[in-house]
Amino acid sequence: MSAVAQPVPEVTGRPVPLIEKEVLGSLKAAFGSKLTDGKVLRPRHLAVSIDRKDLIPVCTYLKNTLGFEHLSCVTAVDWKDHFDSIYHIENYYNGCMVQVTALIPYDDPKIASVTGLWRAANFHEREAWDLMGVEYEGHPNLERILLPTDFKFHPLRKDFAQEVDRQYITRRKLRGGT
Amino acid sequence: MPEFWINMGPQHPMTHGLWNMKVKVDGETITDAKPEIGYLHRGYEKIMEVREFQKNVVLTDRLCYVSSITWSHAYCLAVEKMMGIETPERGQWIRVIALELQRVASHLMWLASYGPDLGLLTGLLWCLRERELFLDLIQLMSGARMNQNYPRVGGVRNDLPENFEAMCKRSIEHFLEKVKNEYPQIFQESKVFRMRTEGVGTISAADAINWGVTGPNLRACGVNVDLRRLDPYETYEEIDFEPQVWHDGGAGDSYARFECRFNELNESCKIILQALEKMPKTGPYRVKPPRRAEGEGYAKTEDSRGEALFFVIGDGDDRPYRVKIRSPVFCTMAATPQLLRGNKLADVVSILGSVDVCVGEMDK
Repeated sequence: MSAVAQPVPEVTGRPVPLIEKEVLGSLKAAFGSKLTDGKVLRPRHLAVSIDRKDLIPVCTYLKNTLGFEHLSCVTAVDWKDHFDSIYHIENYYNGCMVQVTALIPYDDPKIASVTGLWRAANFHEREAWDLMGVEYEGHPNLERILLPTDFKFHPLRKDFAQEVDRQYITRRKLRGGT
Repeated sequence: MPEFWINMGPQHPMTHGLWNMKVKVDGETITDAKPEIGYLHRGYEKIMEVREFQKNVVLTDRLCYVSSITWSHAYCLAVEKMMGIETPERGQWIRVIALELQRVASHLMWLASYGPDLGLLTGLLWCLRERELFLDLIQLMSGARMNQNYPRVGGVRNDLPENFEAMCKRSIEHFLEKVKNEYPQIFQESKVFRMRTEGVGTISAADAINWGVTGPNLRACGVNVDLRRLDPYETYEEIDFEPQVWHDGGAGDSYARFECRFNELNESCKIILQALEKMPKTGPYRVKPPRRAEGEGYAKTEDSRGEALFFVIGDGDDRPYRVKIRSPVFCTMAATPQLLRGNKLADVVSILGSVDVCVGEMDK
């Protein structure tokens, strides 16, 4: 252990009004056309979309320059023609939440790992790999976490069928709909 | 002495559920640890994709049976954000009351199990006795002690019963007196309890944030983050309360975590009393949600154990396309090797008991 104690961040615990526009402005100024989409969804919450190759620069900028120190969640979504890897990143100093959506092609489900920035990503990425089969490159220990190690599928993918006939069926489905 | 691994679990009195903590020891000192989870994985995120929005509330109740309402509420809030509807004001106040009653019940269950972890059986009996008061109140309002199925997309299932305010006040008055005069005698003022908890399982604030530790465990490190204050939902903005943060230095040990949770008992009761005063006495408590919805919605709430996040995507059907559950315990579990390293084997129970593990929500 180092002798120098790490300083406790001065967190007031109160939100800063209109912070989302400021954050979106500085993101747009720093990355410009690399953000394929960027909008404010509601107070303290904004969403940006990027390509997977820009993930690490955007995340590094968010963490080191804008103070987004808390990675809340990593979600992988199967859209049948591509995957999304969605990062919910939170700033404790002003209460702002950024939702970064990185696009991944379906036939090459790989994206860089953000464990180097936030160690919280470790379990989240393992879970996303386990259930969705998105490979996080550079992860120190990409193993199955919730399912048994000899399990052969990624069950949250849409082509992994559920036994819907034994489970709840909507009336529409009984009539022959999807 | 050679180092070797010890399995603490899957069946161990310390685990409070089904999971395995592998610890590597050198003599008595822990040099490494590795949590193994997944024993209770039920595939919630997959099951929820074939059920209609409202019917998923039954499932989210069972994510954590100790703290059902907070989980169902987080899910309903996320779906409401996606649909673009808002609960009527009285509905929001009723939700606040339900959430805080549930929080007290959940913290008391934690305290009840933390006592016997440290050999304090009186703690179990006292806390479960008082928890019953709050379960009675929850039963009065929702009809069930546990797994209430009470929040609805767009509000709550039913209005408060008659005389609820008076009964609530009477129970809370009784409880606050116990918390003030009785409980400290066996916890804070007990020398044995303090020796077992002080100075073990420390984690620095910077580490805790980086590992994604949230809730009372993070506030015990001195970080003033309470989502009820930082990102207010429902009517928490209008309530005057103080997030319970550990300020006394030497932060982040088991005792600080205990103290933060213990003080939240008081604070939650104050919130309930305020809510009973401030809420409108009549009015609608629920709106009718649309059947189908498209878009995405997320809600993060302050669960009893930390930050609960639901991310719901709809594709225009009557069922969600994708649901993501962010469990606070799942993330805290990633940080447990950090908490354990360097401590003695006998302190594992004291450390892991203080982080309040709930396997149901961790394994989803």
